[in-house]
Formats: sequence, structure tokens, C-alpha cells
Amino acid sequence: MASFKPTKIQVYPKLGEKVTQDTLYWKNYKAPVQIKEFGAITNIDFSPVAPHNFAVTAFTRVHIYGPFSQEPVKTFTRFKDTAYSGRFRSDGQLFVAGCEDSVVRLFDVSGKVALRMFKGHTKAVHVTDFTSDRYQILTGSDDYTCRLWDIPNATELTTYQEHTDYIRCGVTSKLNRDLFITGSYDHTLKVFDARADKSVMTMDHGQPVESLLLYPSEGLLISAGGRYVKVWDLLKGGQPLVSLKNHHKTVTCLCLSSNGQRLLSASLDRHVKVYNTTNYKVVHNFDYAASILSLALAPDDESIVVGMTNGILSIKHRKSLEESKEISGQQKRRPSYRVFVKGKNYVPKQDDYLVSKPVKQHLAKYDKQLKKFNVSKALDTALEVYIIFIYNPEITVAVIKELDRRGTLKNALAGRDEQGLSHLLNFLIGNMVDPRFAPVLVTAADMILDIYQSVIGQSPVVDRQLLRLQELLEREIDYQQDLVEVLGMLDTMFASSLPRKEVPCSGISRSNGLTQGEASTTRPQIQAT
Amino acid sequence: MVEHGEIRVVHRGGSKLTSRDPVFSSDSRFLLCASGECVKVFSTSTEECIHDLRGHTELVTGVLLRPSNHLQVYSCSADGTVRLWDFTDGILIKTYVIGYPIYSIYASANHEGVIFLVTPAQSDKRSEMFQLVAVQLPQSGDQLVEARELSAVLSDVSSNPAAIVFGRGGEYIASANGLQLEVYFFKKQKAYRFPLKEDNKKGGKNTFMCVACHPKDDCIATGHEDGKIRLWRNFNHKKEYTYSTLHWHHSAVSSLCFTPEGTNLLSGGIESVLVQWRYNQESQRDFLPRLGAAITHIAVSPDGALFCTSHSDNKITIIQSCVKVSAVIQGLVKGESVRTDLMMDPRSKSLVLNGKPGHLQFYSLQRDKLLYNLDIVQQEYIHESGLQQFEVVKAAFNASGNWLATVEERKQKAAELELNLKLWAYDEQTQSFVLNTTISAPHEAQITAMCFCHAADSQTTMLASTSKDGHFKAWQLAAQAHTEDEGPSWSCDFVGAYHDLVPECCCFSADGSLLAVSFQEVVTVWSPASWELLTTLSQPPGAIRDLCFGRLSCSKYLLGTSANNLLCCWNLLTCSLEWSTSMDVSLLLADPLSENMAAFCCQAGCTDLFVFKPSEPRPLFSRKEVCSGKVTRAVFAPREEMLESCEESSQWLNHSQLYFLTQYMDLMTFTTKAEEDRLMASSKQLVIDDSVAMTPFYLLLGKHRQQENQDSLGGMSAERTPLPQGSVAIRELLQTPAHVLPSTSYLCSMFVQSLLISVTDTREENKHTEEEMESEKEEEDSEGEMESSTRPKESLESEATESAAPALTKAQARELRRVKKLDHSWLAGLLDS
Repeated sequence: MASFKPTKIQVYPKLGEKVTQDTLYWKNYKAPVQIKEFGAITNIDFSPVAPHNFAVTAFTRVHIYGPFSQEPVKTFTRFKDTAYSGRFRSDGQLFVAGCEDSVVRLFDVSGKVALRMFKGHTKAVHVTDFTSDRYQILTGSDDYTCRLWDIPNATELTTYQEHTDYIRCGVTSKLNRDLFITGSYDHTLKVFDARADKSVMTMDHGQPVESLLLYPSEGLLISAGGRYVKVWDLLKGGQPLVSLKNHHKTVTCLCLSSNGQRLLSASLDRHVKVYNTTNYKVVHNFDYAASILSLALAPDDESIVVGMTNGILSIKHRKSLEESKEISGQQKRRPSYRVFVKGKNYVPKQDDYLVSKPVKQHLAKYDKQLKKFNVSKALDTALEVYIIFIYNPEITVAVIKELDRRGTLKNALAGRDEQGLSHLLNFLIGNMVDPRFAPVLVTAADMILDIYQSVIGQSPVVDRQLLRLQELLEREIDYQQDLVEVLGMLDTMFASSLPRKEVPCSGISRSNGLTQGEASTTRPQIQAT
Repeated sequence: MVEHGEIRVVHRGGSKLTSRDPVFSSDSRFLLCASGECVKVFSTSTEECIHDLRGHTELVTGVLLRPSNHLQVYSCSADGTVRLWDFTDGILIKTYVIGYPIYSIYASANHEGVIFLVTPAQSDKRSEMFQLVAVQLPQSGDQLVEARELSAVLSDVSSNPAAIVFGRGGEYIASANGLQLEVYFFKKQKAYRFPLKEDNKKGGKNTFMCVACHPKDDCIATGHEDGKIRLWRNFNHKKEYTYSTLHWHHSAVSSLCFTPEGTNLLSGGIESVLVQWRYNQESQRDFLPRLGAAITHIAVSPDGALFCTSHSDNKITIIQSCVKVSAVIQGLVKGESVRTDLMMDPRSKSLVLNGKPGHLQFYSLQRDKLLYNLDIVQQEYIHESGLQQFEVVKAAFNASGNWLATVEERKQKAAELELNLKLWAYDEQTQSFVLNTTISAPHEAQITAMCFCHAADSQTTMLASTSKDGHFKAWQLAAQAHTEDEGPSWSCDFVGAYHDLVPECCCFSADGSLLAVSFQEVVTVWSPASWELLTTLSQPPGAIRDLCFGRLSCSKYLLGTSANNLLCCWNLLTCSLEWSTSMDVSLLLADPLSENMAAFCCQAGCTDLFVFKPSEPRPLFSRKEVCSGKVTRAVFAPREEMLESCEESSQWLNHSQLYFLTQYMDLMTFTTKAEEDRLMASSKQLVIDDSVAMTPFYLLLGKHRQQENQDSLGGMSAERTPLPQGSVAIRELLQTPAHVLPSTSYLCSMFVQSLLISVTDTREENKHTEEEMESEKEEEDSEGEMESSTRPKESLESEATESAAPALTKAQARELRRVKKLDHSWLAGLLDS
């Protein structure tokens, strides 16, 4: 006597990304906190010291947020026009920001009024940064110049006028006080040494450069511009290493994760992509609501902060260890310890005869009904399962399929009251157009219409659902029609673009009737629709 | 066939076990079933086949215990003979020649010396009319007896053996045919007929399927086509009969059986549920569900402890008191057709083909035994006729037997085809196949062929499948990226097509460097390394039916058969046709161990076999009229040890053996003379091993028995039948010094056991004496015989020992003869204990 074989739940291949260590890591963030700013958020910078506040530059203000507060800890409002590039010094004490009005302002983090004002640029300053010795400031401006300023005297030290377009990004070396790199809309990256009066290295990115990033080792430089992210080897004289094209709009911001193993790039196409820095493959992808202008990662990846063109600041905090554990603990409910351990540690003696208890087969509720040939009840329980687990209709579909296989689907569908029928129709409306379930559910829908044809019009609830179903199907048919048209177009394109390959054939074989053959791996199927 | 005396076509195993209902021996230790042309004796506890009772020349149609001697059994056959056997030793006692094909056999203790047979109505043998005849078995000492005195009892009976049954104490016989139940009373010499209407009000069909009689009560149970069971009572009156109806089965009741005490009624049908009804309390039922396949017969052991059900999938299940399945005797499962090819499992060297629905069966050809069934579909099988179920249609092994690929499909009338490709990995630990990958809908239409790459040295295994959707696909085993916890799985490597033609068959070359796929009349040759189309070969008109690469030294040849009765051989080095010949090849097969190819050709309703090498124009072996009908399934089974035959015509059988399935699903093979001789010798030895253990007693007695055979009287004087006290356990106990004996508690059970068995054996021995008495055709009245049979054993032996005395009385001489015929198998049982 064989035991009852439970209904096989078809496992459908998961669409989308596969579950990897990376996806698990990057998904382990809480739901984002969203804060509305006054304008497009152009820059976000984390303070390098302990509470790790971050400065958000948006429109004419710079807000400083604490790690967990949703209200700004501090606000700098003394800008006459749009502020740009608010950055902390490496000790977290001073703060610098450029402005549309070409004045660079230096603030004490605790104060309100600007400590110094650096005037000298003639156009908007989009780039500001502190050098690694903490006494100088680098600025880059739309007047094609980049300058170094002395903080104590508020005087200009050097001016480089080598770029031929706006300078929109720049970065200073953390290891050498004299080195800095700027990127410009003239497609070039230039490495400057403050001791020399000319740039020491020039690299061509090919697109207006939007963002620059140095590796912690400062041997590699990453630049973003246009749709490309490029990696340059500085130690080999600026040799391009990799060119990545994973976004379909301009990449606006770059960021390294705290351990330097992953690179994040944000783009106007609303995506943040995470790359593995050993093979430069995309390992994860975040999706946001609007085009992203700025991105920053807290130390140890504690939070991801993203600023968008619509002025919304999105902050995602990492789940703490307990929280992530709690959720996995909730999923498994074990029997109580006392029941579980009973007789477990009893060691049988030498002469004991072990009577093994027959293992009781555990069956799901719908399987129990199927075993008893209660087809209607089996379908009912399967529909209940769908109400609880709304996101996996696989079980319900599997039961419907099983009933169909047994030839009893019609019996199971028949004889339902208004409520039962509306449950069923609800399920159909929800899942009928899913290509994975369509073959099974179309037969079921057919049967329902056959069975309940005579009573249509008696219940407004059911009628409404039937109309919705009809609407759904009409729309689906339209989609299919469109898709077939596209397929036809694609096939003609492929057929014309594929090179014709002649099959080698020997002249000796006179017996071969078909000597000229064409290997067609993609079959052109032109559907005239 | 005479001119080829060397090689013979023989049936090889796998005959049907369930054509007739099995019979329990009276001590429930053995089960006898008709199996093809022989009767098989199975042990109910170990499921092993103990004896083959061979002798009939056609299908055995009935097995019946002799009512007057329960150690003998009658068997009847379509060859027109009834044979009497001693089934414990497997000896043919008598053959009664009836002269007409016999369809079933009945007997009752009330009618001594008479058996009842169902034969065709005598007027013409071709008609569908059958009659029940009584045959008085003539008393004669000869082995072969003519029994032609038939007297008709009932005319117009059913040929179904379940439709006739003896009633309580053999007073009446009930026979059902069509819509009529007929009861014949022997005392009154009168038959009553109880007709039913064809359909009842609800549209159920009333046709009788089977009949059973209550052993203690006047009650007849009949099973009907609509699933109803009727219990007939008061049927010894023409008019006042009554019946009650029981209904649980949803389709025809195929078997009914009362338990020996009549307390329960068992019924079974296509639902494969054994239903036990309480007699007189019919509302109480017990069920034993999911027995695997439709129940065709039910039998109950005489003590009522064991039930036995025969199933349509050639299986006999032995059930302990309606609760637990205690043993399963499974034969080769044969459906109407084998959808999968015949294959050899490279590991277990067993034959693999379709088995139960949704299963693959692994059948050992050496032992003629089903090894196991592999559940491919893994779904609950619904036992209902007319339901479209998943069927295994294709299967393939790779060269090492590590991987098994199966295709299952289900076609419904309206819905689209459901297709699953499953790949199974062999698990060393559990010694079975474990599902690795399921690919649902691998193709859009039916898969026409599937094959593994057989290259031994390739790192990756590759599978090619061709389908009616115009594509062929290559599947490859690949480790999954990203996921560390899962092992490697199969995925599609390449999809190929050629001019929108439908691919029919595919074949990998022996080294795995080429894949040949036939698209109707074109053969395309691809390189699996780069998936380039290397060349096309064609021989129009006529679509290619079979493709086969040559092996070993002939690996440069590609052979193909076309629908246009052409066998072509292409040379792959020159890409030209090497030779072709016109023959209607139904199946082309390559021997995996040699260069030989076998071609089955269908000609004028018969199949011819040609065995040839692709490089040589002359066939190595050819045989006309191997069997009637078309052969579509065959396989080369590698031999366990190579034959060393020097004969040129039989050399091709040295490495492997060729098995094939005929149109009527008979498994046949080719054997050489030398092989048969060897087989005979080994089987003889086996029989001796089975019956008597190799003990000192055996050496003594066995030798003696041989002597006995040679010299009938001379051996008598030497006979010393050992006393039961001489058994090993007792002797050990008495002769071993006390200080080396193990503890008494240890010895006690052994000692008691030996005593217990000796008691039963004495009884058995008595029965033997009894049966000897009967078989002897002495003119002595029965009372005297009964007396002598109850004589204690000791006296018997003392007489035997005294027989050396010169003067023998008549009684002594008879005694002597009896001793001579005495069977010594009981001693073996004693010694084994």
C-alpha cells in the first residue's frame, strides 16, 4: 500500500535577480525615511567624526542631519543663491560650501555665520574640498578655473586655468596635501600638483565628467560622465582600466562602500547600481522614485542617503542584527521544548527491541481533502490558502491543475453560491493573465462560464467581476497583438542582419541531394498582423 | 529454424503472473500461480519463486489444489491437457489428455475423482460458446492418461474463470454469463436461471462480472459491471429468490471472494482498493486503498490469515488480515506498448522500460525478477478509466549510468500538451536515482528522440533532444552561478533548427565529437563543441527513420534507414555514400561493445534479422522469420562474462545478447547451443540446492537416492531412515561434553524448536503416506488404506529395514514399494532446522 502522494506544487523559476550574498546584504535595510527639501539635492557629505552627521546641500540651504533624526540638527542659510558642494573637513569641525554667486563660504560646524568668505571666482562654484593638511581649500568653478585658498588668511594661493569648460567635480588626495584632481565638462580629468604650475596628468573621459572618486589607496581613480563609469590606473600614468556602461542616463554620483569592495553609482535613470570592484560586475540594483543627483554612504554602510531632483531625500538605515534575526525567528515556530525532548535522550539497552513508530505523513489541508476525493472542499481550502498568502498563487493553481488532471474540476467548480463564486472569480482576475498560470486558469474560467451561464445577471457582485474579467482579457489580447507585431519586426531585423553562412560541402558527394544548406539558428517568423 | 541449429530464438522471462487467480497451499506457505506455460510456486513469506512446474506446451489457464490431497495440484492448459503435480518437489505426477483447449478448471471435495472443465462447445472450436463439462479422471498407474469421457453439465457458460463457482459443500454450482445467473443443483439435477434486465433505471449496467459462494451459507455474491454487488438468497426456488444490493465500487467489480469462515466478503476492482464487507452487517466496511493497480483476482488462504490480490500490472500482493501488505511478487510489467525504448541500466545491468503508469521498471534479466520501480511522475495515480494521465514516453541513460533523463507527457483533448523533461542523478548512498532537474515544457511539441553523449572522457555530460516543434536542443550540466548551496543542474546549451523541417532522430558519435540530427530526408551533422553545422547528408526521397553511428573501428560510418526501404551507410571522412541497400528496416541497433549492427526488417508480416558490420558488405548473421509481426523495440544487453564461441555465425553473441519485444509484447532473445547447455546444468544444480541442504545427512541420503534411481530394489536393503532424534540440534546437545555447552537458556529455544518442527513434519509425512496410497492403484478398499496411513512411522521403518529378508509377503512388498516412493524432502526440512 503506497502512501498518498501529495499534490506537486510547481516551482516556477524566479524572475529577476538571483539571491546572492550581495542582494541579501543590500536588502538588509529598513524602509526609507523620506524628507522633502526645498529644491534639487546636489550634494550629500558625511562627517568623518563620530556621530557621523551628514550635510545635505539643496537649493539655498545646507541642512545637517544627525544619524537618526529626521529634523535637521543645523541649518546654514546664509547663501545668496543656490549652494553647492557642502563638505566637512577631516576633523569634522569646519564646513565649506560653494555658491551660485561665486563666493565660497567656510563655516564652523557649531556656528551660524560664515567664518571666511573666499571671493575670486567669477562664476558659480560647484566644487569645494579641503586638502589633506586641513589648511587649504580647493574650489572649482564654472569660470573654467580651479583655485587653492589658504584658510587662515582667506587668500588665493594658486589658480589653474587649464580646463576649457565648467569644472563640476574634483577630489583631493587624502595622502598627499598637494595633489588634487578635477573633472570638467570639457571631457577631461586633470591631476594637479600644487607644487607645479601646470597639470601633471590629463585623461580623456569622452563625456562631460560629473563625478570623481579616488580609491582609498589612491592608485585608482573612478570617473563618471555621460552613461559611462570609467576606472583609471593612476600609477600607470592614467591608463584606462575599465569602462562600465550599465546606466541608460547620465551617471551623476559615485560612492565606495566602507570596505572598498563595492562601488555604487547613481544616475538620472533613477537607479543606484552596486558593482563588485574586483570584476566590475553589477551585483545589486536599487530603484528610486526620481532621478538621483547625489548619493552618500555612511561609514560601515550604516545608511544609504540619496538625494533626488524632486527635492526628496531618502535615508535607508541598516537593520540591526536583532531585528533581522527576529524576523527569521518568527517564521519558524517550533514545538515547545518539553514536548520535543521527551524520550529523546533515552539510550536503548542491549536486549531492548526497538519498535519504530510508523512515520505519520503530514498532509496539507487541501491534500487531505483530495485524498478523500472531496473535490469542492479541496478547492475551497486552496482558495483560503490564497487569501492568506496572497503573493503565492502557485498552491491554488497547483490544486486546480490537480483537479483538472483528475477530471473533476467541473464538479469542484459547480454548485457554488454568490460568495464562493466571487472568491473564485477574484482569484481568476488576479492571476489569469500571468503567463505561468494562464494555461490552467483559462480552462477553469471556461468551465465557470459554462456552468454559471444560466444564472448570469442574478448577482450584481458576480456580474461586476465577470465584466472586470472580460476587460482584463480584452486588454491582454491587445497586448499580445502588439507583442506579436514587435516580434515580427525583430525577426525581420535579425534575419537581415545575420551573416549568411555557407555550409562547407565536399564536391565529391554527388549523392547529396541538398548540398546548399543554411544554418538558421533563429527561425525568421514573420507574422503579418 | 532447423537449418540454424546453433542459434535459437527463445522466450525469456517476464510472463504474466496474473492471468488467473493464484492459489494458496493449505498451510499458506506457498502460492501457486499460472505464469505463461508453467506454474510458479512462490513462498508467501520470502516472495521467492521456489519451483517452476514446467510441462505444458501452451498457456496455463487454471491452477487448482486437488481436493483430496492438498499437496497435489491440478493445472489445465490451452494445449488440452490437465496435469497433476506435486508442488513441494516440483514433480509431474500425471498427465490427463482431454483433447480440447481448456479455459478453466473446478473441483469440489464432494465430487471425488471428477474435475469440471470449461471447454469450447464441441460443435465447432472457433465459436465463442463455452460449456462446463465434468471429466471422470480414470484410475490408472500410467503417467499419460487419456480422459475423453466428458459429460456436459452446463452449456453456454462464460470463459472467465471467476464466473463459475462451487456452492456450499459442492452441492450446487453457480455460473454467471452475460445477464444471467444459473445455479445447478447436483442432487436434483436441476438448473435454475435468474436473468436480470440489461440496464436498471439509473443506467447502471447489470452484466455479471464475477461470482462467489458463501462457504457455510446458501448465499451467492455476484459482482456487476456498474460496481454493484448482489447477494442472492433463497435461490433453490424458481420464483421466491431474493437479492440485496451493496454498492461502493464506482466501476466494474472484477473479483469477489468469501473468507473461509464466511464472515467477510472481499471485493476489488479498477479502483485498486480492497474492500472487506462484513457478512450480514454489510454497512461495515474496511478498506485497503492504493494497492497500486486495478485488482483482477482475490484469493484467501485456507486459514483466513492471508489475502492475496492480483493486479493488472503483473503484481501479486500478499496481505496480512486486511491491514498490512506483507509481500509483493512483481513480474515484468507490460502494458499495451512500450513507449520508452528498451534500455540497459549500465550500473545494475538490468533492462529498463515503462512499468506501472508513471514509473520506469528495472528488470533483472539474469534473475528474471523486477528489481525496482522508479517513480518518475511522482503524482497520485487516479484509478479511473478514460482519464488522461502522465506517461513516461522517453528515457535515456548516459554511458556510466550516472544520469537518467526521462520525458513525461500528458495530452488532453482540448488543452495543450504538458511535457516535462526530468534529469535524475544516481545517488551512491541510497543506491537509487534522485531527481536533479525538472524542465517543464522543454519543447513546444512532442519530443521525438533523446540521447546522451556517450563519450567516456568528456568532462561535461550532454543531452540532445529533438521535437516536433522543429527544433533540437542540447542540454548541459552546469554549476549554478551565485548560489553556493545548490549543486549543478541542467540547462539549455543550444537550440538548433534546419529549414523549418521536423527533426526525427538524433545520435551522438562514439567519441562525442559529432551530433547527427535527421530532419526528414536530410541528415545534419553538428559539432557539439562549437555548434557549427558541419555537413548535410541526404538520400531522398523518404524520411530518415533511424540513425546510428558505427562503433570502434567502424566509427567513421553513419548508418541511416529511411521510410523508403533504404539502408544507407555514409562515410563521414569523405561525406559520401559508402553503400546502400534496399530493405524495409523497422529497427536499427548498434551493439555498444562491438562493431556489429542489428537490423530488424519487416517483410510480409514477418521480421527478419540481419547482423552486420558497417565496413563489410556481407552480413555476419541473418535469420528469416524471427517472429511474426513487426519488431520495434530491441536492445543489446552486455553479457556478464564473454562467451568464447568460435562459430562464425554466433560470434556476434559473444559480447552481448540481443533481446527484442514482439508485437504481442513477448520478450525474446537469441541463445546459442553452448549457452543453453550451461544454463541447464546450472539450473539442475540449483534445484538440488533448493530442496536439500548440504549436510552429512544429505550426503548420505542424496547418494542413496541416486542409487535408488539406478537400482530399484538393490538400494532398498541399505535404507536407514534416521529417527527424528538424530537431528543436528539434538545430537549436538547429547554428544557435546557438558562443560563446553553454552547456557541452557540459549540451547533451550533451539531444542524446543527442533522438536516442534519434527512434529509437523511427522504429520506431513503421514500425508505423504496417504497420498502414496491413493496413487497406487491397488484393488483394496479405502478403509484399509486409511488405516494404514495412520500407522506410526516407526513401524514403517522397521518394516523397511526388515525387507532384506528373503521371503516377502504381499503386504510387505507393497509396503516396500511405498517406502521406495516415499519422499524424503521432510528430512531436508528437519535438517535445515
